[in-house]
Amino acid sequence: MADLKQLYDAILTGDAKTSVAVTRQAIDEKVDPGKLIHEVMIPAMNEVGKLYEEQEYFVPELLLAGRAMKGALELIRPLLAETGSQPTGRVVIGTVQGDLHDIGKNLVSSMLEGAGFEVTDLGVDVPPEKFIEAVRTKTPDIVCLSALLTVTMPAMKTTIEAMSRAGVRDSVKVLVGGAPVTREFAKQIGADGYGETASVAVAVAREICTASAA
Amino acid sequence: MSLAIQSLDDFIYGRAPHPVRCGRGLELGTGTVVPEINFTLPVMTIDEASWPEIRRQYQEIIDGVARRAVDLEVPGLLVEFETLPAMTNRPEWGIEIVEILSTALRDFHEKHGLRSALRFTPNDTRDFYSPSRMRSGRYWEAMKQSFDRAAAAGADLLSIESTGGKEVCDDALRFGDLRGLVFGLSILGARDMEFLWTHMVGVCNRTNIVPAGDAACAFGNTAMVLADQHFIPRVLAAIVRVASVPRSLVAYRMGAKGPSKDCAYEGPYLKAIAGVPISMEGRSSACAHLTHVGNIAQAVCDSWSNESVQYVRLLSAYAPTVSMEQLAYDCRLLNVASARSKEDALRMRDWLVDSDACLDPQAWVLRPDVVLRIAAQITKEVTPYRQTRIAAQCAGKELAEAAESGNLKLNPREKRWLDKLRKEIDGLPDGEEELIEEMAIGTFASKFIAGEYGLPSMDAR
Repeated sequence: MADLKQLYDAILTGDAKTSVAVTRQAIDEKVDPGKLIHEVMIPAMNEVGKLYEEQEYFVPELLLAGRAMKGALELIRPLLAETGSQPTGRVVIGTVQGDLHDIGKNLVSSMLEGAGFEVTDLGVDVPPEKFIEAVRTKTPDIVCLSALLTVTMPAMKTTIEAMSRAGVRDSVKVLVGGAPVTREFAKQIGADGYGETASVAVAVAREICTASAA
Repeated sequence: MSLAIQSLDDFIYGRAPHPVRCGRGLELGTGTVVPEINFTLPVMTIDEASWPEIRRQYQEIIDGVARRAVDLEVPGLLVEFETLPAMTNRPEWGIEIVEILSTALRDFHEKHGLRSALRFTPNDTRDFYSPSRMRSGRYWEAMKQSFDRAAAAGADLLSIESTGGKEVCDDALRFGDLRGLVFGLSILGARDMEFLWTHMVGVCNRTNIVPAGDAACAFGNTAMVLADQHFIPRVLAAIVRVASVPRSLVAYRMGAKGPSKDCAYEGPYLKAIAGVPISMEGRSSACAHLTHVGNIAQAVCDSWSNESVQYVRLLSAYAPTVSMEQLAYDCRLLNVASARSKEDALRMRDWLVDSDACLDPQAWVLRPDVVLRIAAQITKEVTPYRQTRIAAQCAGKELAEAAESGNLKLNPREKRWLDKLRKEIDGLPDGEEELIEEMAIGTFASKFIAGEYGLPSMDAR
C-alpha cells in the first residue's frame, strides 16, 4: 500500500524521484486524487512555505520541493481535469524588450509555480506584442514585467501602454519588479503592483488572486 | 603552472608581479592604487530621439569626474565605459561614447596632466538568443565590431563580462545544484572563455590596446546578490566564487594582461596565480549593489572601483562625481600607508581583511592566506574542470575548518548546507567526460547548445 507519509516527506525534502514513485503507486491503488492533493501535497507544501518564511529553508529547498510536487501532480493532472480543479492563478511573466537579465524573473517564476500558480514564462527581451498575444491566448490573471537596467525600465511603461491600446490591459493586473524599479515608478507607469523581492512578488500575486476569487 | 605570488608578505595592494602600463602614463601594479570610475544613465530610453541627450549626459559625466579627479590630485584615473545592450547591438553608438570619453581624457591629460586610461567593456549579448548562440549570429557579429573599432575610437583597454555557461548556472544556482554549477563554469564557461579571449586578444594585439580581463559576474555576483537577499546560502555563494577562478583564469592563459574587471571578486586569486594587476570593488560600490566583502575586497587591489552609478543629482554633486571623490579618498589612504613603509601597508591590508573575514564565508575565501593556499592547489591541476573541482573542494574545507575553530560565524542552516555541498563536491567525477555525458541528458540539457561550446552535439553521443 502506498505510504502517504513517504510522499509528504519526499515533497518536504525535494525528493522528486520518491514523490513520483509513491504517487504512481497510489494512483494504481485507486487512492482518491483529491485526498493526495489536499491531505498530503498541499500540507507538505504549506510546511515548506512555513520553513522558508521562518528562514529554515533557502530558495533551492523551496524550488526542489516544488519540483517534487510538480512531478507528482503531472501524474494526477489528467484525473484532476475530471474534477475541474483550478490553479491558484495564471501568470504571464517576462523581461521587457531590450533587457536580457533573467535570474530575478526566473526566481519569481519558480516561486509562483511552487505557490500553485500556472506560469507562462515568455523569456527575456520580450516585445509588447508578445505580452499582448500571451494575454489573449493564456488569459492570465496577472502579467509580471521585469527589468534590471535603468534604460529598459521605460519599456515597462511602453508595454503597459501597448496593452491598453490593444484593449487587454483591463483584463489583467500588471506587476513590475527588478533591482532599479521602485514603488513610485510602478505607480507612475500605471502598474497595479510592485514586488521588491521575489517573495514579495509572490505574496502580492496571491493577494490579487485571493481578492478576485472573493 | 606555479603561483606568481608565493609569499603572504608580497601579496599586497598596489603591487602586482606583472604591472600594466596603458593610456596616458597610467601604471597599474607598480605600487600605487588608482581609482576606477564607472557610470550609467538614469531612467531613460535609448533611441534615435534621445541619442543627442545621451551624448550630452556622457560628456557632462566625464567632465565632472575628470575635474574632480584633478582637484583631488589623484595619482591616476581609470575610466570604465561599460556599454548598455542597445549600444552593443548598435556598435556605432557605443563607439561614439568611447570617442567622447577618450577625447575628454586626452584633454584633461594635456591641460592638467591627469594620467588616465579608458577601459571599454562591450556587453556580452550572445544570450539574447535562447539558448545562447556563442559563436555566430548578429549579436556576436555586433560584439566583434565593437572590439574592432575600440582602439581607433580611443579605448586603451578592452574587457568583457562574458556569460558562457550562464544559461546553465542560473538554473543551477536557483536549485543549489552543484554539479550544474561546476559544469556551467568549468566546461561551458571555460571553453567559451578560450574562444572569446582568443578572439579579443587577437584584436587587441592587432590594434595595440591592452586585453585587460573578464569577470565571473554572471556567476559569482549573481550568487552573491542572491545570498545577500537570503535566497541561497552564503556558503554556496562563497564556493561558487572560488569555483569561478579557473574560468576567469582562462583569459590570462589566452593572453589577457589585466587589470581584471572590478566586479571579478575572484581577482585576488587571479593576481596570486597570473600575477596580473586587479581592479576590485566593495564598500564604495554600494551605489550599485550591496556586499558583505566591502573592506576585504580592497586588501590586495591595484585599482579600486565604484562598479557603476546612475547619473542622478545628489546634494553635493552628480552621483558619478560623488563616487569619484569617494574612490579618490579610499585610494589616498591606501597609498599613504604604503608610502610610509611596507609594514604599514601590510597592517592596512590586515585591518581590511580582519574587519570582514570572520563575518561571512564570502569574505573568508578572500583572505590573502586562504587565497594563496587554495590558489596553490589550483595550480597543481591542468584542466579547468579539475581546477574547478579542487577549488571547490579546498573552499569547502577552508570554510569548514574556520567554522569549526570558531573563527568564522556560520549559523546552523549554513553549516547544514556546507556539509551537503562538501559531500556533493567529493562526489564529482575525476574526469570531465562523465559530467558532460550526465549533463547532455539531464535537467539542463535543453538549456544549452553543445556545439556552441565546441562540444559534440547530443545526437553524436
